[in-house]
Amino acid sequence: MKVFAVAEHRFGELNPLSIELLNLANKLGESNAVVIGKDVAKFAGELAKYADKVWKIEDASLENYNPELYIDVLLQLFQKEKPDVVLIGNTAQGAEYAPYLAVKLNAPIVTDVVGVNATNGLVASRFVMQGKIMVDLKIKSMPCVLTVRQGAFKEGVQKSGKIIDAGIKPSKPAGRKFIEYIQPEAGEVDITKSNIIVAVGRGIEDAANISLAEELAKALGGVVAGSRPVIDNGWLPKDRQVGISGKVVKPKLYLALGISGAFQHVMGMKDSELIVAVNKDPEAPIFGVAHYGIVANIFDIIPELLDKLKGK
Amino acid sequence: MKIIVLAKHAPDPQSEVGVAGDGKSLSLGTAVFDINDWDRYAVEEAIRIKEKMGGEVVVVGVGKNEDTLRKCLAMGADRAIKIPFEAGLDAYQTAEVICEAIKNEKFDMIFAGLMSQDYNNSQVGVLLAAMLNLPFATAVTSIEIGSGMVKVKREIEGGYQEAVQLPMPCLLTIQSGINEPRYVSIMGIKKAKTKELKEVNIAPKKSTVEVAKMYLPPVKKAELITGDPSQIAKKLIAILKDRGLIG
Ligand SMILES: Cc1cc2nc3c(=O)[nH]c(=O)nc-3n(C[C@H](O)[C@H](O)[C@H](O)COP(=O)(O)OP(=O)(O)OC[C@H]3O[C@@H](n4cnc5c(N)ncnc54)[C@H](O)[C@@H]3O)c2cc1C
Ligand SMILES: Cc1cc2nc3c(=O)[nH]c(=O)nc-3n(C[C@H](O)[C@H](O)[C@H](O)COP(=O)(O)OP(=O)(O)OC[C@H]3O[C@@H](n4cnc5c(N)ncnc54)[C@H](O)[C@@H]3O)c2cc1C
Repeated sequence: MKVFAVAEHRFGELNPLSIELLNLANKLGESNAVVIGKDVAKFAGELAKYADKVWKIEDASLENYNPELYIDVLLQLFQKEKPDVVLIGNTAQGAEYAPYLAVKLNAPIVTDVVGVNATNGLVASRFVMQGKIMVDLKIKSMPCVLTVRQGAFKEGVQKSGKIIDAGIKPSKPAGRKFIEYIQPEAGEVDITKSNIIVAVGRGIEDAANISLAEELAKALGGVVAGSRPVIDNGWLPKDRQVGISGKVVKPKLYLALGISGAFQHVMGMKDSELIVAVNKDPEAPIFGVAHYGIVANIFDIIPELLDKLKGK
Repeated sequence: MKIIVLAKHAPDPQSEVGVAGDGKSLSLGTAVFDINDWDRYAVEEAIRIKEKMGGEVVVVGVGKNEDTLRKCLAMGADRAIKIPFEAGLDAYQTAEVICEAIKNEKFDMIFAGLMSQDYNNSQVGVLLAAMLNLPFATAVTSIEIGSGMVKVKREIEGGYQEAVQLPMPCLLTIQSGINEPRYVSIMGIKKAKTKELKEVNIAPKKSTVEVAKMYLPPVKKAELITGDPSQIAKKLIAILKDRGLIG
């Protein structure tokens, strides 16, 4: 199988997920990396260690990611090179342009893939219901597009591939224009610096209950953080959000209260030294990353903890 | 400003869900269905723009969608299009039938949710953009309308955002938290009853993927701390003390 993996970079750094895509590509057949930008020699060199071939697509207009231009140049390359499988990272960038590219390639697409089996046709595995259930999807025709979840294909082989200048430029200017990147706002509390984090999710139910979590954090000597819905609802400020679109934390203790454990949240806390989760649903995916699990109502557990911590 | 919003009727991911006997579909027994959370933000955003600039908000739903479409009308959308087609297994088909249903509408923007809370594909919006050849942006967290164009911020990793500008017509997928969606008022529900909810029957032409198997994921499980709440608290504090995490 001829596999093309589209690399990703931002702020001068190659996203390590690009290598994971190549790990998968090497399992499936001939691995081709594609890297798009203004000056991508550095990235091409890195990718060549894991790919049979690396295709460079360079142009001044490609300095910042633009989905229309990416699709334009990729279609030109794929028209000539005829891939069987196109791999793209399931990131803010990849998840944005991959479905559009799939339509233009007349290709099936499966997003957020965590497993691929090629023994009998191509079958891609992914989670549904925010991690509670898994599904194997049979892909009915080739070529196909897969967006791949970070961390699913960590093991791979080394190569020393050939770097090829594809000699491709965008065929027309894009309608969408890049303006700028905006830095995250700095808040008063830097949750990444705290040894103990009491994190609350939608299970905390109401703004009024945040004070309970704050009391518990104080008793434990830590700070309060939250999952995205808690921040979306305005119960905690944005700088307290843990996860892929918030902060990555690695405290000594991460106490997750009423958090289901969606992938986007887990990516922000999975490397904590000790993870304790309280959730009333025994099937909640958070119990897959926690070291200790408590299947209970948080409103029964928090007061007991407070009682005993204060009375100690 | 005329805005089309896609709204999915979806089971709450907090509900008890399992795999049905056929090993290929979800068993949703007692699951509570409501408007997909991301779509709630999308509908709210469209209504706010209409309230400020005038125009029309049209909601489109595929599947058993009537309750969600009625809810959108009660929030303030002007009319709804329902496509009762149910058999689809892939997002391609959902996008395809929506494309067919709206092809004669003249619109300035289409809003979809960034992701559905049940299947989590994050595809339908962008597939539709491709089928209609529209400029697009995903994970949008703010919208500023100019003349013939729109400036948006979109969310990327690590708390960063990217500001981009798009010509209209265009398609945006909306990230949660962009606004504070309103609650439906009694007045709204009354008014909604008089609004148009049109049903159009369309079936997709092709299918691109099929479910081979559905199952519970194999996971490493946490060690459980059990007992009544007081015992649990005692055991947990002992563990934390043991590790020197608390004094
Ligand atoms: C592009 C993108 C980026 C995202 N970025 C992030 C991110 O950075 N961070 C993030 O957190 N999410 C992020 N999300 C959202 C993510 O997909 C989930 O929707 C979110 O993490 C769910 O939050 P939650 O666990 O608090 O809520 P839910 O999934 O609703 O879970 C609530 C849990 O609480 C439990 N519960 C309820 N009541 C109680 C009670 N009384 N006692 C005990 N347990 C109870 C329930 O059983 C359930 O498991 C992102 C999504 C997308 C698409
Ligand atoms: C394994 C599997 C089995 C399935 N089985 C069935 C089945 O048996 N019957 C069935 O009817 N469907 C089924 N579906 C779901 C159906 O095909 C989905 O609507 C389609 O996959 C779209 O993907 P999504 O729901 O993840 O939407 P996403 O692409 O994540 O949704 C993004 C946005 O698109 C819009 N959108 C998505 N779906 C709709 C909709 N229905 N109406 C209006 N707007 C929408 C919303 O704005 C939403 O926020 C199945 C899906 C999967 C993955």
